[in-house]
Amino acid sequence: MPDDIFEIGGKQLNSRLFIGTGKYASDSMIPDVCKSTGAGVITVALRRVDFQAITDNVMQHIPSHMQLMPNTSGARTSDEAIRIARLARATGCGNWIKIEVITDNKYLLPDGYQTAKATEILTKEGFAVFPYINPDLYVARDLVNAGASAIMPLGAPIGTNRGIRTEEMIHILIDEIDLPIIVDAGIGKPSQACQAMEAGADACLVNTAIATSENPVLMGKAFAEAVQAGRNAFLAKARGTSPQAMASSPLTGFIRENEGQS
Amino acid sequence: MSFFSVYDQYQKKDIEKTIDAVTQHAVFRSLNQNVLSIDDFAALISPAALPFLEQIAQKAHDITRRNFGNTIQLFTPMYLSNYCNNRCLYCGFNHDVQIERYQMSLEEVENEARAISSTGLKHILILTGDAPKIASISYLKSCCAVLKHFFSAISIEIYALDFQGYEELIQSGVDGLTIYQETYNTNLYDTLHPTGPKKNFRFRLDAPQRGAEAGMRNVTIGTLLGLDNWRKDIFFTALHASWLEKYYPETEISIALPRIRPYYGCYQPEYQISDQDMVQMIIAIRLFLPRCGITISTRENVSFRNNILRLGVTKMSAGSTTAVGGHSLSNARHNQFEISDKRSVEQMAAYLEKNNIQPVYKDWERF
Repeated sequence: MPDDIFEIGGKQLNSRLFIGTGKYASDSMIPDVCKSTGAGVITVALRRVDFQAITDNVMQHIPSHMQLMPNTSGARTSDEAIRIARLARATGCGNWIKIEVITDNKYLLPDGYQTAKATEILTKEGFAVFPYINPDLYVARDLVNAGASAIMPLGAPIGTNRGIRTEEMIHILIDEIDLPIIVDAGIGKPSQACQAMEAGADACLVNTAIATSENPVLMGKAFAEAVQAGRNAFLAKARGTSPQAMASSPLTGFIRENEGQS
Repeated sequence: MSFFSVYDQYQKKDIEKTIDAVTQHAVFRSLNQNVLSIDDFAALISPAALPFLEQIAQKAHDITRRNFGNTIQLFTPMYLSNYCNNRCLYCGFNHDVQIERYQMSLEEVENEARAISSTGLKHILILTGDAPKIASISYLKSCCAVLKHFFSAISIEIYALDFQGYEELIQSGVDGLTIYQETYNTNLYDTLHPTGPKKNFRFRLDAPQRGAEAGMRNVTIGTLLGLDNWRKDIFFTALHASWLEKYYPETEISIALPRIRPYYGCYQPEYQISDQDMVQMIIAIRLFLPRCGITISTRENVSFRNNILRLGVTKMSAGSTTAVGGHSLSNARHNQFEISDKRSVEQMAAYLEKNNIQPVYKDWERF
C-alpha cells in the first residue's frame, strides 16, 4: 500500500476517521473506542466540559495522544463561537477548533454566513479552523479565503444516520476545493463512510452511529476498517460502472486492427 | 403573530371527539410516517393507538437515542419565595392557603446554592409565586448575580412577564424559561384561577413566545395533567410546541409532563392520569417532535421514573424539594406539592449509570 499520511492542521495522521465524545452511555468507554478505531482526532463540545466538575469530566477520559478538536456546539452566532474557541484555547485544549454555528434547533443545520464570519476572525488569531457546513460551494470558497484548515460538509442532518444524502454536492466540493474535505454528520453505517471515502473525501467524522450502537468499541472498529477500505479503493482508482455489458470497441476497434496490418 | 390564532382555530373544533374517532388503520398509517403532522399526533394519543404502544415506544426509543444519545440531563428546582397573589385552586402556594410565607435573603440564596451545587448539579431552575412586588424582577436579578457563581445555566419558573421583563432577566444571566399553561381549556382555566394576575389566559398563552422573542435559549411548556382530559391538553401542548419550534428555530423547546400530586390544600383532580396515559403521551410527543426536550419531575415515583428512562425523556429533576430554602434552611417551609422520588442526585446518577445512561450535569454555560 502506498504511503498515505494525512496531513492536516499542521499534524500528520495515520487514521482518516475522526470520532466524537457525545451521546455515550458512559464517558469511560471513550479510551476503548479511541483504541479500537485507531483514530487520532476527537471532537468535544466545550459546552459540556466542566473544568471545575466535582462529578465525572469528559476530558479525563480522552487519552493524551489524541488530537483534541473542541467544537462550538450550542453557539448561535459567530460571536458566541469565537468566545467558545478562545475559551477552549485558554483552558489548554489547543488551537484546533471545529466551528458549529446552528440557529435551527429542529434540523441542526449549520449557518454558513455566521460560520464564515467566525472562521475569518479565528484564523487571524492563529486557530486551525474546521468549519461544519452544508455542502455549499460558495460558502466553501469563502472558507478557503478565510483560511480554514479543512471543510466539513454534512452528509445528512446531525444524528439522523441517513447516510450521504448530499452526495452530489459533496462531490462538487471534492472536485473544486483544494482543502481536505471531511464528511461530518449523518453517517449511520460503516458502508456509508466507505462510500464517502471511495468518492474521494479525505476523512470522515463519526459520532452518533458509534456512540449509540449497542457495542461502540466494535462499531468503532467497523468504521475504522470501512474508512480505510474506502480510502484504499479511492487510491486504487476503482473503475467506473456501466449499466450494460461492454464487449469490444465497435466504433474505434478498427484503429488497432489497422495498426496490426501495417 | 401569535399562537393564539392557531389555538383558536383548533379550539373551535371538538378535538376530544376527533381523537376518540381515530381508527386503528389511521394509527398504523401515522405510526409509519417519517415526518408526522398534528393529525398523526392526534392518532397516536387516541384510544385506538393503545394496541400499538410497544411499537410506538420502540420507535420513540430509537429517535431519542439518535437525537439525544444515551444521556439524561439533570437539574433541580430552587424555591426562592412562596408569596403569591393568585388563587389557583390546585396549588399549595395559593394565596388563601394558610402557610408561612417566606422569601430567601441573598445570603440564604447563596447558602442554598452552595448546598445544591455540592451535589454536582450545574443547571438550576428558580421558582417564585406570583408576587411581583415582593419577588420582583430586581430581586430576581440580584439572585441571578449570586447564582451565576454556582451554576452554568439558570432557568426561571415564575409569573408571566412581558417582553422587557424577560429581556432584563436574560441580561442578568437567565437562559431558560419554564411556564405552564396549566390547561388549554379556557372555561376550566377561568374556574381554576378565580382571581389574580394569572387569570389572564391570553397573557400566559403568549408568554413562551415573548420569552423566545427576548432570547431565551430554552423554553419549556406544559399543562398540569389531571385538570382536564389529558388527550385534549396534550394535543394543544404539542401544537403549541410545534408552533414555537417553527417560528423560533433557535430556541430549544421542551415539554414538561407534571401529573398532579397532593398538596397541603388537597385539591382533588378531575381526571386520574394512569401510567399508561403518561407513556402514551411521552412516546407520541417523541414521534411528533423528535428534537423536543421532555422533562419528568420528582413528582413521579421511583419505579415509574426508572421505567420510562428509555422512552423519550431527556431531562429529569433530582434531589428536589419544593419548599423555600429546602436544601439549607433548618426551618424549611411548606412544600408546594409532595415529592415522590426522594433519591438524592448521587443516587439518581448512580442508577442512570448502572443502566447505561450518562447523567449530564452541564450542557451549557454563558460563554
